[in-house]
Amino acid sequence: MSEEKRFNAKEFILNNAIVFILLILVLAVGFTKKNFFSINNFNNISTNVAVRFIIALGVSGCLITKGTDLSAGRMVGLGACISGTLLQKAEYSGKFFPNLGEFNIFAALLITIAICAVFGILNGVIIAYFKVPPFIATLGMQTIVYGICLVYTGAEPLGGYTKKYTNVATGKLGVPYLFYIALVFGLLMWFLYNRMRHGKYMYAIGGNESAAEVSGVNVKKTLILIYLLAACMYAVGGFLTGAKAAGATVNTGMGYELEAIAACTIGGVSTNGGVGKISGIFIGVLVFELLKVSLQFLGVDPSYQYIVQGLVIVVAVAVDLRKYLAKK
Amino acid sequence: MGEYVLEMKSVSKSFPGVKALDDISLKVRPGTVHALMGENGAGKSTLMKCLFGIYHMDEGEVLLNGEKTTIVNPDDALHKGLAMVHQELQPIPERSIAENIFCGRYITKKYGPLQVVDHKSMYEEAERLLKEVHMEYDSKAKLGTLSISQMQSVEIAKAVSMEAKVVIMDEPTSSLTETEVEALFRIINELRDRGVAIIYISHKMDEILRISDEVTIMRDGQYVGTWQSSEMTTDMIIAKMVGRELTNIYPPRDNEPGEVILKIKNLTSIQPSSFKDVSLTLRRGEILGLGGLVGAQRTELMEAVFGIRHIASGEITYKGKPLNIKRPQDAIRNGIGLITEDRRGTGIFGVLSVTDNVAIASIEKYLDAGFILNTKKVEKLVKDNVDKLSIKTPGSKTLIQSLSGGNQQKVIISRWLANNPDILIMDEPTRGIDVGAKYEIYQIMIQLAKQGKAIVMISSEMAELIGMSDRIAVMCNGRITGELTGKEATQEKIMYYATKFE
Repeated sequence: MSEEKRFNAKEFILNNAIVFILLILVLAVGFTKKNFFSINNFNNISTNVAVRFIIALGVSGCLITKGTDLSAGRMVGLGACISGTLLQKAEYSGKFFPNLGEFNIFAALLITIAICAVFGILNGVIIAYFKVPPFIATLGMQTIVYGICLVYTGAEPLGGYTKKYTNVATGKLGVPYLFYIALVFGLLMWFLYNRMRHGKYMYAIGGNESAAEVSGVNVKKTLILIYLLAACMYAVGGFLTGAKAAGATVNTGMGYELEAIAACTIGGVSTNGGVGKISGIFIGVLVFELLKVSLQFLGVDPSYQYIVQGLVIVVAVAVDLRKYLAKK
Repeated sequence: MGEYVLEMKSVSKSFPGVKALDDISLKVRPGTVHALMGENGAGKSTLMKCLFGIYHMDEGEVLLNGEKTTIVNPDDALHKGLAMVHQELQPIPERSIAENIFCGRYITKKYGPLQVVDHKSMYEEAERLLKEVHMEYDSKAKLGTLSISQMQSVEIAKAVSMEAKVVIMDEPTSSLTETEVEALFRIINELRDRGVAIIYISHKMDEILRISDEVTIMRDGQYVGTWQSSEMTTDMIIAKMVGRELTNIYPPRDNEPGEVILKIKNLTSIQPSSFKDVSLTLRRGEILGLGGLVGAQRTELMEAVFGIRHIASGEITYKGKPLNIKRPQDAIRNGIGLITEDRRGTGIFGVLSVTDNVAIASIEKYLDAGFILNTKKVEKLVKDNVDKLSIKTPGSKTLIQSLSGGNQQKVIISRWLANNPDILIMDEPTRGIDVGAKYEIYQIMIQLAKQGKAIVMISSEMAELIGMSDRIAVMCNGRITGELTGKEATQEKIMYYATKFE
C-alpha cells in the first residue's frame, strides 16, 4: 500500500516536473533577490502573462485539432497597428489619420477584431477546404499579414496614444485591468471548450478526424471557426500589446506565435491532438513568463536566456510525451 | 537438394487471445505453382508473415532446400531467395522504377574515395530486367505513373533480379483486367519453367484450378491438407475451406421483419473498381447480413448509403421517399447510424472520455437555450447506456482507449442509440472482441430489431452471418451475387456466392 503511494507521488512529480522545477527556481530567486516578491513585479508579470495568455488561448484550438497557426504573431502586430492608428491623441503631431478626432476605444477594438477575423477565416478556409497543411497555410498568411501591415503603416512607428487606450494596460483596480481581462477570456474559453458544442467538436476532430466525420461533425465548419476565433484573440492580444507598450511598429508581436505554441505545449496541449486544457495553457504561459523574469532577476545574460528558454520547451515536451509513452 | 525448395513444418503462432496458426505445414516443390487457400482470417497472411520474419513463430521451422534456416526480416528473406509480390508493398511511388528495383542495393561505382550510385548501369540493368517480364518501359519513369499490373511486373522483375527461388503472390489478380491477368499468367508460367516455385494466394477458384499444380487449404489457423490441383473441383475446395462445425452459440431470435424501410436500386459507385448496380431492400425489425470476402465492396456500399462515399447512379428510397445523402450529417439526421469496421481508425476518440465518445453524435439534443451543454443530461445518457449495455468502465471520465475492444464497441453502439436511429449499419461488429462481449452485442442487436429497427450487419465470419441474420445478401467483386434466407443459408452456399467472380 505504502509502496503504491510512494510510486504515485513519484509519478505526480514527474508528470508535473516542469512546474516543480519552476517553483523551486521562483522560490530560490525570490528569497535571494530583493524585489522579486513585490507588488510591482507581480503587476509586471501579470500584465505580461495576461496578453500572452490571450494569444495562447487563440492558438490552442489550432493545436488541439493537430494544426498550428504561425500567423499569430504577425496578426498581433497588425492588430496593434490598426488599434494604434485609430487611438492616437487628437493633438498628437505625427498622427496617422490627422483628421481623425477622438475615436471610441470599443469601436477601435471591434474594427481591429473584424479585420483580423478576415485573415482568420482565410486561414480556416484554406486549411479546411483546400487541405493545405496548417503549417504551410499559416506560414504563408504570416508573410501576407506582415506585408499588409507594412503597406498600411508605411513602416512608420506609431505612438501618442490617448490616455484611455494606454489606461487599459496601465490601469489598476487592486490588480491591473489586464488581469481581469485575461480572467474573463479564460473563463469564456473554458466555457466554450467544455460546455459548448464547438468545444466538443474541436476535441473530437483532434482526437480522430475520420471518426468525427462519421459521427456527423461538420469538420470544415468547425475548423474555420477555430481559425476565425484564433484570429479574433490575436486581435485582442494586439490591441492590448499596443496599449501596454504605448506604441506599435510593424515588428510588434514578432515571434509571439512561437512563444504561444511553446506555452501551450508546456501546458500539456498535445501535438498529437485532442488534448489540452485551459488551466494547462495558463500554467504554460505562467511558466514561460516566470522563467524569463527569474532569469532577468538572476542577471543572466539575455543571450543565455534564449538558450535556457529553448531547453525548457524541449525538456517540457519530452517529459510530457513520456507520460503518454508510459501509458501504452 | 531435396524434393522441396521450401518447407514450413508445424508452425504455430499465437496472439493474445487467439491461436492464429496451429501446427501448419506447407511444402513447396521447385518449378510448381502452389496455391494457398482459405477464408479471410484462416491464417494465410499470418503464415506468410512468419515466413518473412515479420512475425516470429512460436513453434515450427523453416527449411530451404532441405536446410534448416531462420529468417529474421523481409530483407533477410529476400537475400535467401524468397520474394513477395504484393501491390500494397510498393514502396516509393515518387522514385524511378530502377530505384525501386534496386532499392537498398544500388549499383555503385567508385569516384576516388567516394562510392556513388551508377545511374547509367542501374537504368540499363533495370530495363533488361523489365524486358524479361515483357515490359517495355523507361526505367527512369516514376513508379507511381504505372498501372497496378505494371507495378506487379516491376515487383516480379525485382524478384527475378534477386534470383528468387520462391515467389509469393498475394491476390495478384484482384485488381487486374482480363488481358492483364493473361499477361501475368504467362510470366508465372515462364518463372515456373525456370524452376522457380510460386506460392499463389487467391480466392478465385477458376484461376487456382487453371494455374496451380498443388493446393494447400487452411481453415481457422489449422492445416486442412494439400492436394493435386488436377484432382480438385470448386465444390471440393469450398467444402474443405468451410468444413467446420458451427460451434459458436447465438442467442435465440424471433424477429418479425415488417415493412420495407430502405430500398436501394441499381446503386453504382463513382469508382470503377467499387460496387456496381447493387439493389437491396431492408425491412424494419430485420437483421440483414451482408456477406462476402474482404474487398467485395460491402463496406463501400454501406458507406455510400451513409454519405461517406459517392454514387454515380442509382437511387435510395427511405421510408417511401427518395433519399439524397451527401454527407454523414444527412444520414444521421434521417435516422441512420454507422458503426465502422475500423474501430480505432474511424470509431473511437481514443484520447477522449467515455462520455465524450457517447455524446458526440447527439450533442444537439443536450443543449440548453441552444448552446449550453447540459452536462447533467449527458451524464445521465451515459450512465443509462453504461447500465443498459453493461459497459465495463471505471467511470464515465475514463479514456475510451483504456477499455477492452468489446467495451469500446458498446460505447460506440451507445453513441448511435443516443440518436434513436431507424437503421443501424454495423460493419464487422464483433471483430477483435472476446466471446462474452460478442454474445452481449448479439443480444443488443436482437433487442434493437425487436424494437422495429433495421440492422445491416456486414460480417466476414460465416458462422456469425448464419447465426444472426434473417436474410443474407452475398457480394463478390462489387456486385450482389446471391441472396439467402437465414434458414437456407449454409457456409458452402455463402462461399459459393462470395467467390462467384464475374
